[in-house]
Amino acid sequence: MSEPLSARIVGPSPHITSKETCPGIMLWVVAALVPSALWAIVTMGLVALQLFAVTIGVSLVTEALWNRIARKPQTLLDGSALVTGLLLAMSLPPRTPWWMAAAAALVAIGLGKMIFGGLGHNLFNPALVGRAFVTLSWAGVLATAPERGWFRALPDVTAEGYDAISGATRLAVAAADRAASGAYGFDLAAQYQPLLLKNLEGSLGEVSAVLLILGGLVLIVRGIIDWRIPAGYIGTMALASWAFGSDPVFHILAGGVMLGAFFMATDYVSSPMSKTGRLVYGVGCGLFNALGRFIGPMPESTTFAILFMNGLAPLIDRVTRPRTFGWVKSND
Amino acid sequence: MFRGGVHPPGHKEATAGSAVEWAPVPARLVVPMSQHLGAPCVPTVAVGDRVSRGQVIGDIEAMVSAPVHSPVNGTVAEVGTTLTAAGMTVKAVVIDADEAQELESFVPVPDTGDARARVRGAGIVGMGGATFPSVVKLTPPKDADVHTVILNGCECEPFLTCDHRLMLEQPERVIAGAKHVREIIGAKRVIIALESNKPDALEALRAAADDTIEVVALPTRYPQGAEKQLIYALLKTEVPHGKLPSAAGVLVHNVATAVAIADALETGKPLTERIVTVTGSVARPGNYRVLLGTLVSELIETAGGLVGDVERVISGGPMTGMALGSLDVPVTKGMSGIVAVPKGMAAPAIADDQPCMRCGRCPQTCPMGLEPYALATFADRRMWDAAAKRNVLDCIECGVCSYVCPTKRPLLQLIRLAKAAAMAKGVKS
Repeated sequence: MSEPLSARIVGPSPHITSKETCPGIMLWVVAALVPSALWAIVTMGLVALQLFAVTIGVSLVTEALWNRIARKPQTLLDGSALVTGLLLAMSLPPRTPWWMAAAAALVAIGLGKMIFGGLGHNLFNPALVGRAFVTLSWAGVLATAPERGWFRALPDVTAEGYDAISGATRLAVAAADRAASGAYGFDLAAQYQPLLLKNLEGSLGEVSAVLLILGGLVLIVRGIIDWRIPAGYIGTMALASWAFGSDPVFHILAGGVMLGAFFMATDYVSSPMSKTGRLVYGVGCGLFNALGRFIGPMPESTTFAILFMNGLAPLIDRVTRPRTFGWVKSND
Repeated sequence: MFRGGVHPPGHKEATAGSAVEWAPVPARLVVPMSQHLGAPCVPTVAVGDRVSRGQVIGDIEAMVSAPVHSPVNGTVAEVGTTLTAAGMTVKAVVIDADEAQELESFVPVPDTGDARARVRGAGIVGMGGATFPSVVKLTPPKDADVHTVILNGCECEPFLTCDHRLMLEQPERVIAGAKHVREIIGAKRVIIALESNKPDALEALRAAADDTIEVVALPTRYPQGAEKQLIYALLKTEVPHGKLPSAAGVLVHNVATAVAIADALETGKPLTERIVTVTGSVARPGNYRVLLGTLVSELIETAGGLVGDVERVISGGPMTGMALGSLDVPVTKGMSGIVAVPKGMAAPAIADDQPCMRCGRCPQTCPMGLEPYALATFADRRMWDAAAKRNVLDCIECGVCSYVCPTKRPLLQLIRLAKAAAMAKGVKS
């Protein structure tokens, strides 16, 4: 005779489950970002490491404290705060003052995520909320932040072929050139190589497009992110750049488009869920990024393009709802 | 190819190479009067009666039902009740088997010249697990033009290999069953479908088939064997919402059912045994030919007993089967497998779920094109009308959504709740 009822656990089907877990997915995202982050630290110096430490540390502490105060179960182990902290640092320029990075992380987790109810409930990508907050609040501080300051100075890169390091990125210079004369004061094509391999202008996440693309491809192959979002995003960006009479390759490599397309726009919570929806959303991100860059006031419009599309994601989900199998016509 | 689906680890290698062997005749059999969908049978024997193998021991005058036969020569020890794999208590006839059994002989179902009557008389039901009485399927509505018969040998559930072995070892019987069904229904086309992970069975069937029968290998993807998905994969036809496959001109039978139909029509053999895959954490996994009414606990002993830390014992496959609360339940007509799932592989019994992180896996893999995350949220909030509007009643309960969910939400459980509530309220989608 067999064991009594209590010897076994009875439960509903399905009785097996995939190995995919939330922390597992987050760790893959972290792993895909690690080469870019390490390269940023190697090329920019400890200033980058300090930024990572501040944003990740403040992100984790904010989430932990929020849960504590709200008497909710601790959620640090789901890994999402780590990803937010990491992405946030990569979206900031190395000269960002530490207090500004801390404020960005506080806002990212507090107002970007926890206030909505935590992971899964936020409408916008938390890292971008944090970045948007500080770039809007302290635009002047960020633009004029000294190269030498609280953090260790940037390494001298003039030997690498640069004339100088300036607060403005090539993208901003290009936009100013366009506005002023309709022509560029420098050769965009000459920027391909630094943008792909070693670019010290802009944010930590702009240091090497190659590493970001490789990380993104790993996530696509691993089935963690949907190729439709980066493909729609980058494809539209290139097409729009060409349509505006500019260099498509330069424009998809500059201004954090790669970080945005592979790692920011693909955030599960703030992007649509259907395949069609994701393509539409990716195209939208690329379109608004290009519009911001070519006719708007902000050449570095990646953040706001994605945040805007985050806001549209629920609507996109609604209009791209799948047709139920067996229903000849759409039924809702 | 049908929409969505997943490819869980197959775990079939443990038994795919094991030839079907007879499980020993138990000293005592517990034969439930309800081994099918529809009206339960009424016992037609009394305590002390001598019964012969193949003799009817339970029947009822109902269209949707199937008579039950004695699997052995023996004596009725008890007419009472038993617990079933589904956890229900049903009427059962308990038979003490004679020591010497002639399993080759049986009391044949009388031949009145009516094939459908003989299929009914043999007590044949869908042996893939649905246990729908086959005669009902063989009697499509008058206005339906059933042009195609599909024999389902996909066996897309992990672990199970009973259909695989049947197709490999008795391909000519599967073909014979296909021809009988074709004749009864007057269909033009017959397709035997299986998944590409059974190349040996494919070859065997192709060798045994003539050119009037198509043998098709489909991609290995769960739930390839789900009726609507199978029909779509083969014919690119969608069974309209709320309709039976006959509305699309199709009749689908499991391969084991087809063999049972062939046996019943050719020799009058009633359904008193079936092949059961016993696998997972058991000492000797295998495919066993088991007399209906054998207790699962005895069958597990035949397979060498449970080994290691077994968390759940499942009747059927791990995606759609039922976890057994007791092993002292009888093997019935629809029981394709007994899977002992070891600790670590089984899904947690009590969901320790986190919130949905909107990863999109469930809507993208739902083979019915539903949005499980949304339906589950509606169920959570008791929004039955909203769930019904989003077609919760179309859910086929394949379990893919719960399987793929990274935050381990009990999606199918919540959806079942919404289905039950929507049906109770009579909500129309």
